[in-house]
Amino acid sequence: MTATPGATPTIVLVGHGMVGQRFLEALAERGLTATHRVVVLCEEPRPAYDRVALTSYFSGRTPEELSLTDMEFIREHGIELRLGDPAESIDRAAREVTARSGLVVGYDTLVLATGSFPFVPPVPGKDAEGCFVYRTIEDLLAIEEFARSRATTGAVVGGGLLGLEAAGALKGLGLTSHIVEFAPRLMPVQVDEGGGAALLRTIENMGLAVHTGVGTQEILVGDDGAVTGMKLSDGSELAADLVVFSAGVRPRDQLARDCGLTVGERGGITVDEQCRTVADPHVFAIGECALATDGRVYGLVAPGYEQAETAAATIAEDERAFTGADLSTKLKLLGVDVASFGDAHGTTEDCLDVVYSDSRAGLYKKLVIGRDGTLLGGILVGDAEAYGTLRAFTGSVPPVSPESLVLPAGAGAPVQLGPSALPDEAVVCSCHNVTKGTIRGAVTEHSCTTVPEVKKCTKAGTGCGSCVKVLGQLVTAELEASGVEVDKGLCGCFGQTREELYEIVLALRITSYRTLLDRYGREDARGGDGCEVCKPAVGSIIASLAPTIGAEGYVLDGEQAALQDTNDHFLANLQKNGSYSIVPRIPGGEITPEKLIVIGEVARDFGLYTKITGGQRIDLFGARVEQLPLIWARLVDAGFESGHAYGKSLRTVKSCVGQTWCRYGVQDSVRMAIDLELRYRGLRSPHKLKSAVSGCARECAEAQSKDFGIIATSNGWNLYVGGNGGATPRHADLLAQDLGDAELVRLIDRFLMFYIRTADRLERTSTWLERIPGGLDHVREVVVEDSLGICEELESLMTAHVANYRDEWAETINDPEKLSRFVSFVNAPDTPDPVVGFVAERDQIKPDLPLLTIGTRPLEGSAQR
Amino acid sequence: MTLAPETTGTTTAPSVQLLLENDWFTVCDLTLLTPGRGVAALLPDGRQVALFTDRAGRTYAIDNRDPFTGAAVLSRGLTGTHRGRPYVASPLLKQRFDLESGRCLDDEEVRVATYEVRAA
Repeated sequence: MTATPGATPTIVLVGHGMVGQRFLEALAERGLTATHRVVVLCEEPRPAYDRVALTSYFSGRTPEELSLTDMEFIREHGIELRLGDPAESIDRAAREVTARSGLVVGYDTLVLATGSFPFVPPVPGKDAEGCFVYRTIEDLLAIEEFARSRATTGAVVGGGLLGLEAAGALKGLGLTSHIVEFAPRLMPVQVDEGGGAALLRTIENMGLAVHTGVGTQEILVGDDGAVTGMKLSDGSELAADLVVFSAGVRPRDQLARDCGLTVGERGGITVDEQCRTVADPHVFAIGECALATDGRVYGLVAPGYEQAETAAATIAEDERAFTGADLSTKLKLLGVDVASFGDAHGTTEDCLDVVYSDSRAGLYKKLVIGRDGTLLGGILVGDAEAYGTLRAFTGSVPPVSPESLVLPAGAGAPVQLGPSALPDEAVVCSCHNVTKGTIRGAVTEHSCTTVPEVKKCTKAGTGCGSCVKVLGQLVTAELEASGVEVDKGLCGCFGQTREELYEIVLALRITSYRTLLDRYGREDARGGDGCEVCKPAVGSIIASLAPTIGAEGYVLDGEQAALQDTNDHFLANLQKNGSYSIVPRIPGGEITPEKLIVIGEVARDFGLYTKITGGQRIDLFGARVEQLPLIWARLVDAGFESGHAYGKSLRTVKSCVGQTWCRYGVQDSVRMAIDLELRYRGLRSPHKLKSAVSGCARECAEAQSKDFGIIATSNGWNLYVGGNGGATPRHADLLAQDLGDAELVRLIDRFLMFYIRTADRLERTSTWLERIPGGLDHVREVVVEDSLGICEELESLMTAHVANYRDEWAETINDPEKLSRFVSFVNAPDTPDPVVGFVAERDQIKPDLPLLTIGTRPLEGSAQR
Repeated sequence: MTLAPETTGTTTAPSVQLLLENDWFTVCDLTLLTPGRGVAALLPDGRQVALFTDRAGRTYAIDNRDPFTGAAVLSRGLTGTHRGRPYVASPLLKQRFDLESGRCLDDEEVRVATYEVRAA
C-alpha cells in the first residue's frame, strides 16, 4: 500500500503529543491545512492529551477529559490522524515514511515530534513484573490496576517533578510510598539545597518516605518473577511490590538516527533556529526530541509550543526563530507550591543571592541578583504567590529592593510589588508568550473590559493558568488608568458589591430592603423604588439569612413579596406567552408509581404539556396564573412540595441508581442525593444551585458538571465543586476525598454558605471559583482548613436554614391572603388571560403564538359597559 | 366572564379609577395595590392594563402587553426608579418602560399606551 504525493504537497507529522497537536493548530491558523495534505502517525491509541496534567487522572479526571484534541478540528481541517500506527522507518532519499501498518506516505515536509521516553537505569531486575514507567495514560492505567490488585508498598526511583507526582499517586492509591533520589535533594534540577530542605520536610510530613543521596542498585525479584524490593547503593534494602521508574527522560531520536539525521552527543535531533534538522531541509524536529541551537533539549511544554509555532511559520515561509527558552516552572506538587525561574541556580558570574528560609513553615525563597541589581532568577518553595510578578521582572532591575520581594507580609515587607510596575516587554503569559504590552493593548485598543475577554483576545492565561491572577490585576489597573471607572457596585442603587451588602445585612440584622436602600444606597437612589437588579438580589440575601437575622423566611410575605422576580412571586416559571410551568420536587429523582400517577392525572386534568427535565424531574407547562393554586392543592395533597425551579436556589440533586441495584455501585448514591436535596431545598443563593451524586467512578449522574457533585469511592465520597454545564461548561474541581457522610455534609454546608456569602449576583459557583482571589486553593483553605475561622458560623447559618425550611406552596394554599395574588385580573379574577391560548402538537399543547401578535383583539362576547 | 361591579362613590375605601375616553372606570380598591408590584386589570373592550403604585403612593397605569413578546405580562414586572422616574421591567426579556410616558428606556422606538389614573 503506497500513498504517493499528488498535486497537493504533503506534510507528515510523526507523533501526536501536546507539541504535535499545537503544530497542527499552528498549521491550521496559517491556512496550511487547506493547501496541504496533512498525515499524522500516532503511536498511542488515543489522540493528543494533556501529559502535563497526567497525574490528575488519579484525582478523578478521565482520559477523555485529559484530551487536548477536538476531533471536530481534525475533521474540519481534513487531517488524516492515524492512531496506534507509529512511523517505523524513514527513507529520506525517496521522501517516504513507512508506518507499522505497512502504510507508506510520501512527504514534502516531515515533522518529527516523537517526544521522549522514560529513562530506566540499567539495573538487574528492571523488567520484573511490577516495574512501571510514568509517561502515558496507558502507564497510569497499568499502575492503577496493579496497585489495586496486588501491591501494598510502592517505591519511586527518582525524586524529580514526575517522581514526586508518581509517589503522590501511589499514596493516593493506598500504598505506602517511598521516593529514592540519587541526588542529595528532591527536585535537584529546579531547586537548590535550601529549597530541597523545605520541600523534604513538607513531603515527609505527608507520610512519604524519602531516601536521598542513594542510588538503586538492583530490583529484587521473587520466585514468581514479581518485584519484592530494591537494593540501594548504601547497602540497605527496601521492601516494595511495585516500582515506578521516574529517573528522567531521554529524547526519542531512534527513528532519526536510523535514517542518518544528525543527533547530539547525549541525544536529541539537531535542529537550526527554524527547527529544521541540520542534515535535511525537508525534515523538522520539535518538542522533546529536538536539540535546539543553544545545545538544550527542552522538556517543558511552553518551549515545545514555541518550536511548533516556529516550524509551522517556517513551512508557511514566515520568519520566526527558536533560539532557546525560559525554563521557568510553577507547580503544585502534592499540594506544595514550587516555582523556579530564570537563572535559579545562580550560575551567572558575580551574582548574589537573597534568601528567606523558614523550614518550620516549609517556606524557602531565593532570588538571584546580578551585580547591577538585575533580577536574574529565583526559587520559591511553599509559597509561590509572587511567581507571576517576579518572573516577569526577570532580566530587569525591579523598582523595589529584592529583600522586600521575598519577605513574608508583616516581616518588614511594606512594599507589595504590583504588576503595574512591570515593563511593557515583560512576558506575563509564558505559555503563549504574551507580554504586558499586548495585554494592555487588548484593553486600550480592543476595548476588552474583563479578564475572559482579554483571554480570548490575547490567549494569555489560557495555558497553564498561572498568570491569571496577574492578568486580572493588569486589566483592572489598565481600565482604571484609561479613565474607565471600575465601579464594583451591584447596580445604580448600591455602590457596594453583593458580598458587601451580605455583610451589612448580616452584621446589622437588616430585614428590610427599604431600610438598606435608604441607609446604604447611593445618595440619589435613597428614598426611591430601587431597581430590578438589586431588589431580587437583596431579597435573596435576606431570604438566605432569614432565620439568623430574624426576618420572615417566606418569600411572599410583606415587603419581601415586592422584591421577587415574577417567578419567585408566583412560585412558578414564566413562559413566553405569559403562562407558567410547574416543577414539583422529586428528591434524587426517586418517585413512587402512586406519585407518578398523581402528576399524570393533574397534567391531564389541567391540560398541561409534560416534559422530563434534565434534572430528573417532571415539568408541567401551560398553567395560567389563576390555575396555579388549584394545581398545587392537588400536588400538595399527594405529598409533593415546591421544586424551586423558579428560584435562585437549590434545583435538584440528581443521582444514579447506585449500590442498591447497580453491579458497579460502591455507595448508596440515591439515599445521599435525597438527603442532600432535602437538606438544601429552598436555600436562596446568588444563582441557582445544581448537584448530583454518582455511586461509582463511572459517574452516570454527571456530578462533575454540577455546582457541587459527589462521587462515591470505596472509602466514602469525593466532593467536587464549581462544575457547570450549559454555555460555559466547566469540570468541577476536587475539593476533598474519601469523606464520611457527616464530613461530606459539613463540607457542603460550609462551601455553600461561603459561596452565598461572597459571590456576586447571578454568579454561578464556576465563575465565582475562577474569580475569587486564590481560587480553589483559597476556598479549600477556608472551608476545609478553616483558615478564616468562620466555619462554625457558616455551619450554624446552614443549621438555621435547615431548621426553618417550610414548603412555600403548602404555606401559600393554606393562606387566603397569599392566594389573593393568584388572579388573572384584579377586577375579573376568574377570567382567563385571553392571550394565553394553546394549539395541539404531538398529542399535547403548545403556545398559540399568533394569539400573541394580535393580543389586543377584543374578546368575543366581552362584557358591555 | 364576570367583571367586579362598579363601586364608585358607594364605599369608604378609596378605589383606583382609569380615565377611558371621558369616563372614570373603577378598577378595584386601592388597598389591592402593593408598592413595587403591579396588578392586571381587564377593560370592558378586552384591553388589559397594568396598574402600579410606588413607595410614595402615586399610581400608574400602562398597557399590560409587552410589545417585545406580545404576552400580557407587564403587570408582573419589577418596578424601580431610573433618574428619578418610575419604570417597570418586563419579566420576560427585561426591557424597561417608563410608567408615566410609556416609553421604553432600552429602545427609543417602542412605547406602550398609558392611562390617566386616580384614587378616588
